[in-house]
Amino acid sequence: MPSTFAYEWNTPTYKGKTSFNTGLFINGQFVDGSNNTTIEVVNPTTGKVITSVSEGVEKDIDIAVEAAQKAFDTVWGLNASGSVRSELLWKLSTVMEEHHDELSAIEALDNGKTFGWAQSTDVAFATKVIKYFAGWADKISGQTIETDERKLTYTRHEPIGVVGQIIPWNFPLLMLSWKIGPALATGNTIVLKPSEFTPLTAIKMCELINKAGFPPGVVNIVTGYGHTVGAAISSHMKIDKVAFTGSTLVGRKIMEAAAKSNLKNVTLELGGKSPNIIFNDADMEKAVDWTTHGIFWNHGQACCAGSRIFVQAGIYDEFLKRFTEKAKAIKVGDPFGAGVDQGPQVSQIQYDRIMGYIESGKTEGATCHTGGSRVGTEGYFIEPTIFTNVKPDMKIVQEEIFGPVGVVIKFEDEADVLRQANDTTYGLAAAVFSQDINRALSTAHKLQAGTAWVNCANQLHANVPFGGFKQSGIGRELGEYALHNYTNVKAVHVNLGHTL
Amino acid sequence: MAHSVSVKIPKLNKTIEVPTGLFINNEFVPSVDSQERIETVNPATEEVICSIVAASEKDIDIAVAAARQAFKTTWGKNVTGWERARLLNKLADLIERDAQELAELEALNNGKPVKMARDFDIGDSVQCLRYYAGWADKITGQSIEVDNKSKLAFTRHDPIGVCGQIIPWNYPINMWAWKVAPALAVGCTIVMKPSELTPLTALKLSELAKEAGFPPGVINTVPSLGPVGGAALASHHDVDKVAFTGSTVTGRKIMEAAAKSNLKKVSLELGGKSPHLVFESADLEQAASWAALGICYNSGQDCTAGSRVYVQDTVYDKFTSILVDRVKALVVGDGLEEATGAGPVVSKGQYDRVWGYIDSGKAEGAHVLVGGEKRQSKGYYVDPTVFTNITSDMKIVKEEIFGPVLSVGVFKTEEEAIALANDTTYGLGAGLHSNDANQCMRVSSALEAGTVWVNQYNILNNNVPFGGKKQSGIGRELGSYALEEYTSVKAIHWNFGDKLDWPLY
Repeated sequence: MPSTFAYEWNTPTYKGKTSFNTGLFINGQFVDGSNNTTIEVVNPTTGKVITSVSEGVEKDIDIAVEAAQKAFDTVWGLNASGSVRSELLWKLSTVMEEHHDELSAIEALDNGKTFGWAQSTDVAFATKVIKYFAGWADKISGQTIETDERKLTYTRHEPIGVVGQIIPWNFPLLMLSWKIGPALATGNTIVLKPSEFTPLTAIKMCELINKAGFPPGVVNIVTGYGHTVGAAISSHMKIDKVAFTGSTLVGRKIMEAAAKSNLKNVTLELGGKSPNIIFNDADMEKAVDWTTHGIFWNHGQACCAGSRIFVQAGIYDEFLKRFTEKAKAIKVGDPFGAGVDQGPQVSQIQYDRIMGYIESGKTEGATCHTGGSRVGTEGYFIEPTIFTNVKPDMKIVQEEIFGPVGVVIKFEDEADVLRQANDTTYGLAAAVFSQDINRALSTAHKLQAGTAWVNCANQLHANVPFGGFKQSGIGRELGEYALHNYTNVKAVHVNLGHTL
Repeated sequence: MAHSVSVKIPKLNKTIEVPTGLFINNEFVPSVDSQERIETVNPATEEVICSIVAASEKDIDIAVAAARQAFKTTWGKNVTGWERARLLNKLADLIERDAQELAELEALNNGKPVKMARDFDIGDSVQCLRYYAGWADKITGQSIEVDNKSKLAFTRHDPIGVCGQIIPWNYPINMWAWKVAPALAVGCTIVMKPSELTPLTALKLSELAKEAGFPPGVINTVPSLGPVGGAALASHHDVDKVAFTGSTVTGRKIMEAAAKSNLKKVSLELGGKSPHLVFESADLEQAASWAALGICYNSGQDCTAGSRVYVQDTVYDKFTSILVDRVKALVVGDGLEEATGAGPVVSKGQYDRVWGYIDSGKAEGAHVLVGGEKRQSKGYYVDPTVFTNITSDMKIVKEEIFGPVLSVGVFKTEEEAIALANDTTYGLGAGLHSNDANQCMRVSSALEAGTVWVNQYNILNNNVPFGGKKQSGIGRELGSYALEEYTSVKAIHWNFGDKLDWPLY
């Protein structure tokens, strides 16, 4: 029997409780994993285990796929009209609203982000994304295409079928909404693997999905490890599409497995080393604020983090001074504490990784301008860190750190900074700060990135597409574009008069 | 000052509070300069329900000014798509909450059965609002490649502005929703003139709009006589667009007034004389059911009423005999009674009009197959009437009757059927019944109508466009197409790299 996770908060920012089943969610039921094993969930604030959840293995993916296929063939797919799908997604969003603070608290507990950020951003945005895609569900249309009068030619935008979705630990609930929103709106059924580091809000959502009234088998959530459950999904012969958000390293494995199994359709949203370019004529105060947000939001654990900060020589000293002040002013502490801006990193592994990069920065000769150390003695807290005097070939300049570590690089001219900014295998996002709109637009257009921010950073909207160039990914999420990831186009040729 | 009245409905043992003032800037107010009232009548009993304020031309000015102010400050480009979506969804919630009461008021004023008002009219209206709420945050233009070194070109789909909306009396709540939803979804503000015959539910819905949280001035409701309020909106210099549903006669006046005033944008959804074609391969039982629906639903007071049926000669006798059974099965009575399938026609004016056509049918030599006899009791009842032995030049065959009066004709060939169907200045709806797929495609392609039903009739969906060809209208409602009626496209050419050498030569 799966266990129940019960928790109560009595903190400066949140008082409340939660209690939910921690089994695998297959066919609308909570069940044990086939091996009857569990995964421990650690609270990154304390480094201590807070609960265990059922562990899924390869066999459980088979069971989930079967349930998802059955649902697709009988109660979902082409058997549920767009308006039915719309209504259910809308209902889910209202149920999420009813549980808004509870979801925020679970997220902060499990991931380490502050309750304030979870409440104002993660959960709010996730709810908005579900509402946005609810609105698309009854608007999936193909085209009628003129060929000749003896023929009717049209396209249907059909659901793909059973889709596998693998989501990361940095924005657990938000990433879940980005995935299930468009997939359900277009009529697909889902087998989703949350991150083994942060499964709790995904598991809580299963209860809400039942409450909203989705038929059993439409959404199935199987917690497990990447090398078991993740691999099973990407190589499954009966899953026709896999969508993955995570590291570029794992993204390659997913794509390889897809190629070797049934050539399933793949979309990937991977890493980044996004450049943030500040010209001499930028509005300094605002640029500093956005830059700070660009790298330190979510403790630097954002795929689109503006982690390479290029500052033009004319303003370099002043900018660095102000940016450092902002970084130092960030209050690091308990996610449920009053006035806290930044909680712990998500896990021991991530903590070690980031500290490893910080070490390498120092070893390779960069200047650790501020930060660079652990905060406290418990939990995975790292100071907001800025490196200067870096060289392009340093690891901290080339590789994605995924922590609160920014590198600041001085540049002289436009051509040079563009060359440097684009000199990366990544291409997820980029930002430009300049009050000269001609220069800002011209630069934005030349940056090889899926999102170019002008005089802002890390701003996302449910209706604007997001995704990577180059090795940052394949496909786009959010906006109308996301629907394409989950539809199969069928062209229908109806002959009314041609004879051979 | 209270502007509401308690309407007693003895048959249901209920009282409904109905606001009676003009709804401007989220308040119910009296006319500024007129004592005119509009009396609303229950068509089943011929009794007055209550009287409401009738707007004057000056009141229309005030309403338009309120809508303009809201458009400049709290609506239009000052409100995000998300917020518009949220409010439309909230309004849908409230209408759902009050569905029973709204249905009873609709039945009382319009005559249609309560259960149809609730399950169909209001059910569809709620879905319509939710459908357009879903569009509100999805209004997109294009970015267009011109020259990557020097120019960014893109389009904005801006709201048109202040929209005058004039709706009819046959589906008061549903027509309100069709107009209000897309206009608000894209950010327009509204001055709505409901029909003077059936203004009560529009006033109740205005209360809900306020409760939902729409800022003052976004929706304004000004019941008035057509020649006063309708004319004022159509010719107003500060109304950017007029959308009208009603008769073709009035539609022409609206378009003329728009042309003579400020060339405001016009969309019209007008009359029809929609044909059914029943081919020999059709499932005759089903075709007869759909044909009966087409002319009996809403007592024939439907712009797409299938008022002409042409049957292939080989199945004519069989089909007409089934049709007679279907028509006779309908229970016509008081909308407040449970058993009623269709109510009276909406007013004395319509009653006289429809009976005038029935008389002309008889006078011109058509044969009455069913109906054609007036009731002796109270209420504006017209029992479904079917004419056969028709010729193309008869008034009952050419003109829109807008009541449950059907003309049945016969044809030999497919070509003849299409010619008969298209022989009209109207082009709103058409239906064809056939089990020959190629024939279905050929005929649906040939029919000159904005909506063609194949093996069905009169069933609409909120996401499929609807409107007329020829003199049945201009523009489309429903679906994504309706959004175009309320958006104004601006192209922006943003030069960031081109320098001009002047003079050019």
